[in-house]
Amino acid sequence: MATEQDKLLEEVTNREYQYGFHTDIEMDMLPKGLDEEVIKEISRRKKEPEFMLEFRLEAYRNWLKMESPDWAHLKIPPIDFQDMIYYAAPKKKPQLESMDEVDPELRATFDKLGIPLDEQKVLAGVAVDAIIDSVSVKTTFRETLAEKGIIFCSISEAIQEYPDLVKKHLGSVVPPGDNFFAALNSAVFSDGSFVFIPKGVRCPMELSSYFRINAMNTGQFERTLIVAEDDSYVSYLEGCTAPMRDENQLHAAVVEIVALDRAEVKYSTVQNWYPGDKNGKGGIFNFVTKRGICKGDYSKISWTQVETGSAITWKYPSCVLMGDHTVGEFYSVALTNNYQQADTGTKMIHLGKNTRSLIVSKGISAGFSQNSYRGLVKVSKRAENARNFSQCDSLLLGDKCGAHTFPYLEINNNSAKVEHEATTSKIGEDQIFYCNQRGIDTENAVGLIVNGYVKEVINQLPMEFAVEAQKLLQISLEGSVG
Amino acid sequence: MVKIAEQDTSLLNLFNESRNLIEKDASPLVNQWRTKAEEAFRQLGIPSNKVEAYKYTNLQPWFKAQYAYSFSENGYQGKIDEIFKCDVESMESHTVFMVNGKFIPGSNGNVLPQGVVIGSFFELAKKHSHIVEKYYSKIAPVTEDGMVALNTMYATDGIFIHVPAGKVVEKPIQIVNILTGEKDLMVNQRNLIVIEENAQARVLFCDHTLTQSRFVINSVTEAQIDGTSNLDFYNIQNQHNGTIQVGGYYFNQEKQSVLNANYFTLHTGIARNNIFARLGGEHAENHISGLYLIDKNQHVDNFSYINHAVPDCESNELFKGVMDDASTGAFTGRILVAKDAQRTNAYQSNNNLLLTENAKMNTRPQLEIYADDVKCSHGATVGQLDDNALFYLRARGISKEEANILLRFAFAYEVIEKIQMPELKEQIRELVEKRFRGELDKCDSCVVCGQVDKRGLSCV
Repeated sequence: MATEQDKLLEEVTNREYQYGFHTDIEMDMLPKGLDEEVIKEISRRKKEPEFMLEFRLEAYRNWLKMESPDWAHLKIPPIDFQDMIYYAAPKKKPQLESMDEVDPELRATFDKLGIPLDEQKVLAGVAVDAIIDSVSVKTTFRETLAEKGIIFCSISEAIQEYPDLVKKHLGSVVPPGDNFFAALNSAVFSDGSFVFIPKGVRCPMELSSYFRINAMNTGQFERTLIVAEDDSYVSYLEGCTAPMRDENQLHAAVVEIVALDRAEVKYSTVQNWYPGDKNGKGGIFNFVTKRGICKGDYSKISWTQVETGSAITWKYPSCVLMGDHTVGEFYSVALTNNYQQADTGTKMIHLGKNTRSLIVSKGISAGFSQNSYRGLVKVSKRAENARNFSQCDSLLLGDKCGAHTFPYLEINNNSAKVEHEATTSKIGEDQIFYCNQRGIDTENAVGLIVNGYVKEVINQLPMEFAVEAQKLLQISLEGSVG
Repeated sequence: MVKIAEQDTSLLNLFNESRNLIEKDASPLVNQWRTKAEEAFRQLGIPSNKVEAYKYTNLQPWFKAQYAYSFSENGYQGKIDEIFKCDVESMESHTVFMVNGKFIPGSNGNVLPQGVVIGSFFELAKKHSHIVEKYYSKIAPVTEDGMVALNTMYATDGIFIHVPAGKVVEKPIQIVNILTGEKDLMVNQRNLIVIEENAQARVLFCDHTLTQSRFVINSVTEAQIDGTSNLDFYNIQNQHNGTIQVGGYYFNQEKQSVLNANYFTLHTGIARNNIFARLGGEHAENHISGLYLIDKNQHVDNFSYINHAVPDCESNELFKGVMDDASTGAFTGRILVAKDAQRTNAYQSNNNLLLTENAKMNTRPQLEIYADDVKCSHGATVGQLDDNALFYLRARGISKEEANILLRFAFAYEVIEKIQMPELKEQIRELVEKRFRGELDKCDSCVVCGQVDKRGLSCV
């Protein structure tokens, strides 16, 4: 009996849209491919209000007219956008009985990162009470936050519960037709995070997507929206240092930040997606659009990123400094090894008066990888007294890799002061020798020197994160020396 | 690849209609490249700002077949040395004149060392076919840039310099490029400079306009610098506001050669310099510098590409600019260090002063590095004079105006200092200082070579 039922189910689910989309059987996922029907179906399944559907469709129509960007210093294999599933309910990972069943290599990495056992189990998908622990953590979190009036939930929930807020801010920083991958995200995004900090509230803790349980499965098109009202402060962490294995090859996320008068938002990312194997096979394509707008006067947005994973990274967290006296900051460490490619940097758009921006980018390339910094500093005509300083350093480990710097400085106001400097070099033999002499082997010496080199950026990360990020860099460099 | 814009076909049509005239009597070795260039041009077209390399300078509105084009003669009959005299008087030089892109015979002053050839590209290309065969269109590839393709299609005359092995030309070779005539004019000048082993030369290009017509210039200069030889190259641009000049300078350096190239843009309409240098032999040295002082609606875009193809080379680049009124400056400097080009030292710097609120500057200093044992750095700044320095001077009783002039001059002098000919250095120093003092009418600064408006020919 059961088998018959299964067979029937299978038949129905595999059938091509014979009955259109208005079927009562809830399918686990939509079939491959993308068209307007798929988008309508996504929106319907998520029970979204009308404006969201329009938002998605507008983005989709824009997307159709666009071409995948080819200006980056990247070799991107052709991506078949019709060969992808754009909606899937969170999949259940196979549950393992105990830690012994976990891939020993993964366990070794966890140990090196110093991740607590319970967390390790969660990450590896082992059935434990840890999840319950997390839930309780989550609820305590929520209570504390709710007291202050802070909203921190998934974006799907937000669309249901706070449609006005979402409608007002979604797409205000990254419009639906912004660029190829952002448009695709706007059309099909399935989930992500929503943060709202009300007036005058200083968020008492670091908000992390990692603690939001369903964030583990937000899928490939993640959408994050952070709104900080007047005089508020929030620090948000995205990602985690543990290696993330994911079946989806393409990740096109969008992050939007709105900072109003005197608000401050600090956004930190540690990205460690699967970078592909030693021969450059497989790995995630990470095509992310991140942008913040300092809308109110005296507001500040600070991006910090540590990028060690992904086969291809295409990511330019940007700040639009619209209000007067606003500040934008960008701190980045991008490490590429083996056949990884990264083209990352920032855009600082100075529009208001007395705006300041700071860019510190540290690139490290090893193996056969290509690592590029690409940044824009634009001072518009009305941006009086704008100030920018950029420092972009590249470190080369090995003679088969490449490190590139492509800054763009467009200055339309004579009161601006803009400085850019970049250096490219390798680790000095004398430095290595110094360490060797003191009993530190070459591999550890390189780790030590690299950590010193990136310290300026790592220091910007919240403490626990910083410790993990340092270890992560060391692990990512393994095998690149000698 | 960018699709060819509609207006571009006019230049293709003109080429096909006039091909017989263009090819007439020209060296077959030069003619044989035209078909390839035409094919490339059909693909590339005139670059617009959609082309990444031309992001800040759109050439499409200017390069059309709407200007007069003389294929056989330059239309100038008068005696050039009577109306134009270079006033860097103390400087002895081998001076030749080019009018509207054509060589003026008999304008060569001093006796040259034996074997050294300076003259018309049109004539000498036929005579020295082995040189043309070896270098023509080899240093400036037609398939990559629409402007090179266009030049190669239309190229007839230009300057040809050949310094054989071991020869030293002590006096500078001065080429005065004059644009004149009543009609709006398009010029595709083609120059070839070959410095053989152990040879030395100094080449000075002075670009001038004498009448108010619109001049659209697309010149390409190819220079081969053989092993252990030395080339000092100067370009002084001093043209009226209606001039649109695209200058392509392509250098190929062999081992232990030294190139000093200096670009001074003192007055122009729209100027775009494409400076490409390939360091193809070990221990080659490359020093490129530029100074642009622009005002009104002028637009200057310096694009440089230094290719470190082999190990152990060194390059140094310094570009400085002062933008006044509503002028726009642009700079792109790319340093490419090829795989295995170890022990490369490459430095690049671009500094800019914006004097008014309407002036603009776009700068792109870029590094592309595929070798690890390198020392490369670049820096770019856009800003104003240092307040502290101003204060320091004012605290010592120097007026605000004077302090400003002093500091601006000091800013520019770093580039002037690199000139290796004392007479020329002095001349430019004086000019730049006068310019900052406002003693020269901006238009009159066509006096770079001292050409003051003596004979009623104003430099517009």
